[in-house]
Parts: sequence; structure tokens; C-alpha cells
Amino acid sequence: MKDKIYPTLDAAVADVPSGASIFFGGFGGAGFPNNLIRALERQGAAGLTAISNNCGSGEGELSVLFKARRIRRVIASFPGPQSTYFQAQFAAGQVELELVPQGILCERMRAAGAGIFAFFSAVGAGTEIANGKEERTFEGRRAILEQALGADFAFIKAWKADALGNLVYRKAARNFNPIMATAAKTTIVEVDEIVPVGALDPEVIITPSIYVHRIVQAKGLRNV
Amino acid sequence: MSKPTLTREQIAQRAALELPDGAYVNLGWGIPNLVAAYVPKKFTIHFHSENGILGMGPRSKPGEEDYDLVDAMKVPVTALPGASYFHQADAHAMTRGGHLDVAMLGGLQVSEKGDLANWKVPGQKGSGGIGGAMDIASGSRRLIVCMEHATKDGSPKVVRECTYPLTALECVHTIVTDMAVIDVTREGLVLREVAPGITPEEVQAATGATLMVRGRVPEMNLPPIPAEK
Repeated sequence: MKDKIYPTLDAAVADVPSGASIFFGGFGGAGFPNNLIRALERQGAAGLTAISNNCGSGEGELSVLFKARRIRRVIASFPGPQSTYFQAQFAAGQVELELVPQGILCERMRAAGAGIFAFFSAVGAGTEIANGKEERTFEGRRAILEQALGADFAFIKAWKADALGNLVYRKAARNFNPIMATAAKTTIVEVDEIVPVGALDPEVIITPSIYVHRIVQAKGLRNV
Repeated sequence: MSKPTLTREQIAQRAALELPDGAYVNLGWGIPNLVAAYVPKKFTIHFHSENGILGMGPRSKPGEEDYDLVDAMKVPVTALPGASYFHQADAHAMTRGGHLDVAMLGGLQVSEKGDLANWKVPGQKGSGGIGGAMDIASGSRRLIVCMEHATKDGSPKVVRECTYPLTALECVHTIVTDMAVIDVTREGLVLREVAPGITPEEVQAATGATLMVRGRVPEMNLPPIPAEK
């Protein structure tokens, strides 16, 4: 059986090509795959499409990749006032932005991971978000058609993984990470701790191992 | 505006009176974020945060912050006994799916039909951002907008038609401002209460749509602001 555990962050992201689309987990400073983001910056892939709730915070999170000018297009719900590198590049027309309501961003990923091509929702009906989208009426409410959103890679952060890739998260650091794991061709997780197979109670596993392709420990001990 | 109107804290204090005991509630950015401090102590309110918390408690005390447990404004918070964590898609299944009893959002404009504009000022610098506002506005069983009655330059924010980019259509049930409590009904906007010392005529003059008045309009009954929150 192929070992999903990678020895280093750099090895885990070595084959990400320029032009790839990548999900980045995290919300409100919690659950960002910051070590993988830094490894990707070292690796040098450019022309990326980034899909994440926001667009960096100060010098951290996705700002690392915006500062290095590796992102050409971004799909986000709330770029954020602290996304200074993104905002400067957006104002200069150097990066494209697709704004998506936060729950619809999640649901488009969930659809992609679950084999659903598209779905209708009332969110954004009658607003500028609806531009160019098919509209129908259900139960008397206006609804617009939203397309599934997958990606080549998911970069996510979890608390613990076992060697098979079963994952548990900590508190609100879960956020987008489990959804993104289901919707990428290759899901790469950085974890605080790797534990032996069988050490995680099957009743509490949040991301089953089938969704996880690469595991790398980015903090603490590797306890296998 | 010559007469004093409510402070942001007092708007939050009045808005808190709209929450029934036992309600599941999401509080958005701005004035709504101040509301939790004014919930009556004997009430149990289950606060929802769109990053995957139900049963969110007050902000963390200094020195006790856990940065894996933050609210939607990135502020470290606590979890009350009985709290649960879940991912962001489930958090928004709750918002869109009609599971929240009450949501409170800030507002830039509310129309007489209850359309809400709260995410972008036309011509503003920067990318703007939607966050969870469209999902929350579209799905909440009862949406209360907490905002100032007028903009800084005196333009009404309660208007016949929103001119700012819309968040959601016909979603607002009640508007709580520094001058009034207004209900959005099928017949139009109904002035339910006025701020202390403000007359219905003064509220109407500061409003860009017609307010209906049903009998005498009572003044808000605001308890004094607690010295310590």
C-alpha cells in the first residue's frame, strides 16, 4: 500500500504545477495550512487559481502567495480588509476575483465532492451575484443555478491524522477544511500530530481517509 | 439631526429585547455584534457562528484565548456547555435552511419591501466582500437589521428602493435604529416604537419611505446601560 505520509512539506507540494487550482482551508485565522502555503511559495508554482474564504491577512495566510505574485485568479467570499497584497494587485488589475456568498462557496464544493453538477438556491437571487445565472422559481421563491466547484488540489489543516488519512480537527479550526478535502483531485493535509492507525475513535473521525491523499506533519511529534 | 438619538450600544440594547428565550441566533458584524451583552440574564440564547460553532459564549478573557476558537470577526471566544462544532457547509445549511430563529445584520439600506443592501457601497475602494451575509439574509426565519437611521451626511437608510448593491430581496422583518423600531409588513413599513424624546413625525422626516402609524406610537422602554458588561 502506498504510504500517504510525506517526509517533508516540500515533498508534499513538489508536483503542484503552475496554473493549478487549489483550495486553501481556514477562516478567521484558524485552520489555515500555513506551512503548506509557505512550502508552495518556496516551490515556485505560479499562475494559480486560489479558492478560499479570504485573500490573506497581513503577511500571513494567502498573503504569502499574493506577495510572491503566484495567484492569477481567486474565488473567495470575503477577501478582507487585511488582504493588503491582494487588494493592491486587484486594484492594479493583476488578479481576477470571483466573489461568492460564503455558504454557496461551501455548497459548490460539497456538490463537487458529492457528484452533483449544479443546484438551485435562493441566495443571491435578484442581486449582482445572479448575473448570467439561470433563474427559476421554487416554492414561490426566486432561485439561481449554482455550479459545482472542484479543484486540482486541496491544501488543508487538521489537528490529528492517522497513517491512513483519517482526520480530526480542533474547535472552529475545522471550518472549510473537511469540505475542501472532498472536492479536490489531490488533498494534502498538514497536521499537528500523526497517530497510529486505530488510535482515532471511528465515531469521531470527521474526514474519512478516502478523501486524503497526502499527510505531512508540520508541528510537534510524529507519533507513529 | 439636532436631537440626541440612541448610541450604537443603545441600539444593541433595544435589539436584544427582540430575542425570545431559547432562540437560535446569528449576530453579524457591526451593531449586532454588541447585542449579546444585553440578553436578559435569565434567558438562554444559542449563538451560532458561521465558522461552525453553536453555543458560542462570550469573548475569551485575556490570557485564556484559544485561536482555534474564534468568532466570525476573528475574535477568540468561548464555548458554553452544550456547544457543538461543525464545518462551514453545515454552518450555512443552518443559515440557508431556515433553522435560525433570528439573525441580526448591519445595514446600509433597507427598502420598504424589506430588501437589504449591506455589503457594498457603490464606488468604494477595494474588492468588497460578501461573507455570510447573503446566506444568512436569505434563510433566516426572522431577520432584524440594526443600523443608524441615516448616513453620516443625513441621507435616509430606510428607503423606497435600495440604490446600493443588494444582499437579498424581501428578507428584513424588523429594523432597529437610533430613532425607531420599524416592522416590515405586507402592507408596508409600520412604525412600532420611537426612541425616547423622538416624535413619529421626526422619524418620518428622516425616512425615505412612508411609515404607517397605527395609533399612538410608544417610546422604547430601554433599561439603563449597565456600567459593567
